[in-house]
Amino acid sequence: MLQLNMTVNGQPVSGQAEGRTLLVQFLRDELGLTGTHIGCDTSQCGACIVHINGDAVKACTMFAAEAAGAKVNTIEGQANADGSLNRIQQAFQDNHGLQCGFCTPGMVMSATALLRHTPKPDESTIRTYLEGNICRCTGYHNIIKAVLAASEQDAFAQNPR
Amino acid sequence: MYDFELLTATSLNEAVTALQNEETQALAGGQTLIPTMKQRLASPERLVSLTRIKALQGVTVTAKEVVIGAATRHADVAVQAAACFPALADLAGHIGDPAVRNRGTIGGSLANNDPAACYPAAVLACGAVIETNLRRIAAEDYFDGMFGTALDDGELITAVRFPIPEIAHYEKFVQPASRFALVGVFVARFDGVVRVAVTGASQMGVFRWAEAEAALSNEFAPVAIDNLAIDPAELIADAHAAQTYRAHLVAVMTKRAVTAAHR
Ligand SMILES: Cc1cc2nc3c(=O)[nH]c(=O)nc-3n(C[C@H](O)[C@H](O)[C@H](O)COP(=O)(O)OP(=O)(O)OC[C@H]3O[C@@H](n4cnc5c(N)ncnc54)[C@H](O)[C@@H]3O)c2cc1C
Ligand code: FES
Ligand code: FES
Repeated sequence: MLQLNMTVNGQPVSGQAEGRTLLVQFLRDELGLTGTHIGCDTSQCGACIVHINGDAVKACTMFAAEAAGAKVNTIEGQANADGSLNRIQQAFQDNHGLQCGFCTPGMVMSATALLRHTPKPDESTIRTYLEGNICRCTGYHNIIKAVLAASEQDAFAQNPR
Repeated sequence: MYDFELLTATSLNEAVTALQNEETQALAGGQTLIPTMKQRLASPERLVSLTRIKALQGVTVTAKEVVIGAATRHADVAVQAAACFPALADLAGHIGDPAVRNRGTIGGSLANNDPAACYPAAVLACGAVIETNLRRIAAEDYFDGMFGTALDDGELITAVRFPIPEIAHYEKFVQPASRFALVGVFVARFDGVVRVAVTGASQMGVFRWAEAEAALSNEFAPVAIDNLAIDPAELIADAHAAQTYRAHLVAVMTKRAVTAAHR
């Protein structure tokens, strides 16, 4: 067993893991942060995306020990301080950017990473950036609209198909 | 996941020493190895992680060469090589998806030598040199069929040295489910001499298209290869594309790469 220390959503945390423990298992089973979902477990779907030192990564395809000492951000850390939805989350709700919600944590984490370095992405940039996030429900259009809205752009002006 | 031991090396020496043991395998970004282990297609007893070895990371530029540390992530190559070798940065910036690029490394990609991987096309088209802890291997001698390389057991790629072409471009026809190359073509010109490397197409892995190289060295324009065709016989056939379609795509991707090639 390894004793792992990292900063998760701004809080120092400590937990036990084996070498084989995936980051997503550590977050869900050891820390109880079940907002990070496991969709495919084969690095295809993006439901497990979290941020490591600001970079979006698939937590199902990284060992927990590799995140030792890192700043990890998950969907649980995204809401505003008063518990209300942040701008991006609210935009997903307002634009019907989710149906079953299974892909949503990964979508929000990817969108957050995108908007951090590209504050006003166009539609094609958003679609390309979200290539690693699969949604079985929405057909993506409303997700694209949500990201446009979150970046304070008019979704209809850009005419998402 | 089955049980194994995970070591974290902080120096190249530590990693090389750990790899003396034949049950130990290197772990870089894990974007290929972890899925492979989950499927039990690989089951090493011990992994030694390279991700904390500073000496294996980063892009260094000289007048004629770009040297990329083996554990440099695709996302970092996309940014750090953008000014000195835009075609390579562009290739790195289109591997998989952003999360894959934030973990996956050039060394892992080249060690794995997936027949549909992107970097092998750049390495072969540029005549890059693979540096290991033991020796330097020319691109021509490095790739050895699908998933095969010249690396010995326990040998570690430390860096890849790319001569910088006058102009170059990588054009990839994406296989939409895997996001690997259904066919990818890297075209590079050095002092008027053109090299063309094709990935994703052949059962033998990445290869150079000699006829196109000769024609394009003569005239660097898409029309130069109008009358050339790849023999489909040795190409990959799968659910995504038949051999004849892949052969067609090789020519189309080559023409697009020539059209788009720039400094
Ligand atoms: C969804 C998805 C999409 C992808 N799309 C593409 C794509 O479009 N194009 C593409 O080219 N690739 C693609 N990949 C593969 C990706 O580029 C991987 O990052 C890469 O193939 C392996 O790099 P890694 O650092 O993750 O290596 P790992 O998975 O850690 O290791 C792979 C192999 O290399 C060995 N190894 C690692 N580093 C070294 C070293 N320095 N010396 C010797 N051996 C070493 C390991 O022991 C292992 O056998 C994709 C992967 C995924 C999951
Ligand atoms: S669960 Fe990690 S990519 Fe699907
Ligand atoms: S909302 Fe159901 S998978 Fe995306």
